[in-house]
Amino acid sequence: MFKTFLMILKRDLKLALRRRSEIFTVLFFFIIVVSLFPLGVGYDEKTLQRIAPGVAWIAALLASMLALERLFLSDYADGTLEQMLLTPQPLSILVLAKMTAHWLLTGLPLVLVAPVVGILYHLEAKTVGTMMFMLLLGTPILSMIGAIGAALTLGLRGGGVLISLLILPLYIPVLVYGSGAISESTLQSGNIEPHVLLLSAFLLLSLIFSPWATASALKISLE
Amino acid sequence: MSFNWFKYSAPMNFYPLAGKLVPIFWLLALTLTGFGLYWGFFQTPDVLSEQKQYYRIIFVHVAASWMGMWLYAMMVFWGLVGLVFNTKLSFMMAKATSVTGAFMATIALVSGAVWGKVSWGTWWDWDPRLTMSLILLFLYIGYMALQSAIDDPRRADKASAVLALVGLAIVPVIYYSVNCPNPNECASLHQESSFKGVESNILLSMLVTALGFWMYSFAVILMRVRNVILAREINTKWVSELSDTNQ
Repeated sequence: MFKTFLMILKRDLKLALRRRSEIFTVLFFFIIVVSLFPLGVGYDEKTLQRIAPGVAWIAALLASMLALERLFLSDYADGTLEQMLLTPQPLSILVLAKMTAHWLLTGLPLVLVAPVVGILYHLEAKTVGTMMFMLLLGTPILSMIGAIGAALTLGLRGGGVLISLLILPLYIPVLVYGSGAISESTLQSGNIEPHVLLLSAFLLLSLIFSPWATASALKISLE
Repeated sequence: MSFNWFKYSAPMNFYPLAGKLVPIFWLLALTLTGFGLYWGFFQTPDVLSEQKQYYRIIFVHVAASWMGMWLYAMMVFWGLVGLVFNTKLSFMMAKATSVTGAFMATIALVSGAVWGKVSWGTWWDWDPRLTMSLILLFLYIGYMALQSAIDDPRRADKASAVLALVGLAIVPVIYYSVNCPNPNECASLHQESSFKGVESNILLSMLVTALGFWMYSFAVILMRVRNVILAREINTKWVSELSDTNQ
């Protein structure tokens, strides 16, 4: 089972690395969105520091959503997905591998680029550290919940916009605790432990249920 | 005596039954809502603690909020029944329920905004319960958007049922996160549930109005499900016979 997981993961990564531009599209989308906010709300240092956590997270939600539509689409178009459904291996493992690949290609780069947000928004090193840690915890959840939406809207006209309508409300807990922890870390007496614990709990919960939900959604979409 | 539990799960048998039930539910809805609102407007005290006449919006507001939440649960229930037993009618019920649920959630938000304006001095506040009702409306909208984006009714039904289920699974997490955005300290503007302290006349009219809203929802859902049945079964023999007898 683990072998299957690794195989799909390697395959997806290899395919994606042949078209590197897609990875960079998501990354630059994130950076552009983040750098547009100061142009809109003004350059006041205090204001920027205050809005930085929310802005970073909302940009991350949108960036992660941007690549969701492609998660199953190319495999669906060339028939690979149907073959995957026919294999004796449990579909949820295959789906989990695809989610992991999606996270490695869209979530992890955001974590690594977070220091740029820190520079643009005059954040302290400690806050940037918290931001990277929270993004590391939260972005896998985005890929996992997002995959359910991608599977449900597979092959539909206007699928991209539709996914955001379905999935964005479900991202709320990640946004609340992810940005809450970063704001908390800017305070002297801030304690981010509860945020971290709650977000980890949500991560584990989606790790258990989302591959299964995505697999059944895929079966419905391909019926 | 044997009883066929699944007799009315066939749209053909359910259609006439729903037709018979609709007027009954309409009658109950009008009587109960009428009575509840009459009692609420004329038989309850003029002043509730510091709130003056305008507290009477409670009778509509509470009933609509309850319905908004209950109908979501009912929608998920029908979706689940449909996924498990693979019955066409349950999906049709879920689809019909979603529209009324979204309508009720909207009424709750609008009446709440008006009430908030007169008592808190603001149309909107990012209070947990308000935020939660807004998110509930978003979930309904997502459900309906998915339902209408898929052309094949079988896939539309199943996909939206899965979405509703996922939504229900995440709702507790969302609820907790908006109720307690900062786990280090939790506070809220919306008062805690104060059911016990409510004056009995107010409680009576609130409950009766809520019951009236239930009956209204049943009536409208059954009417809508009849429409859905006709639209989906248009090519079957019994529908064409039905239209022949009506001519």
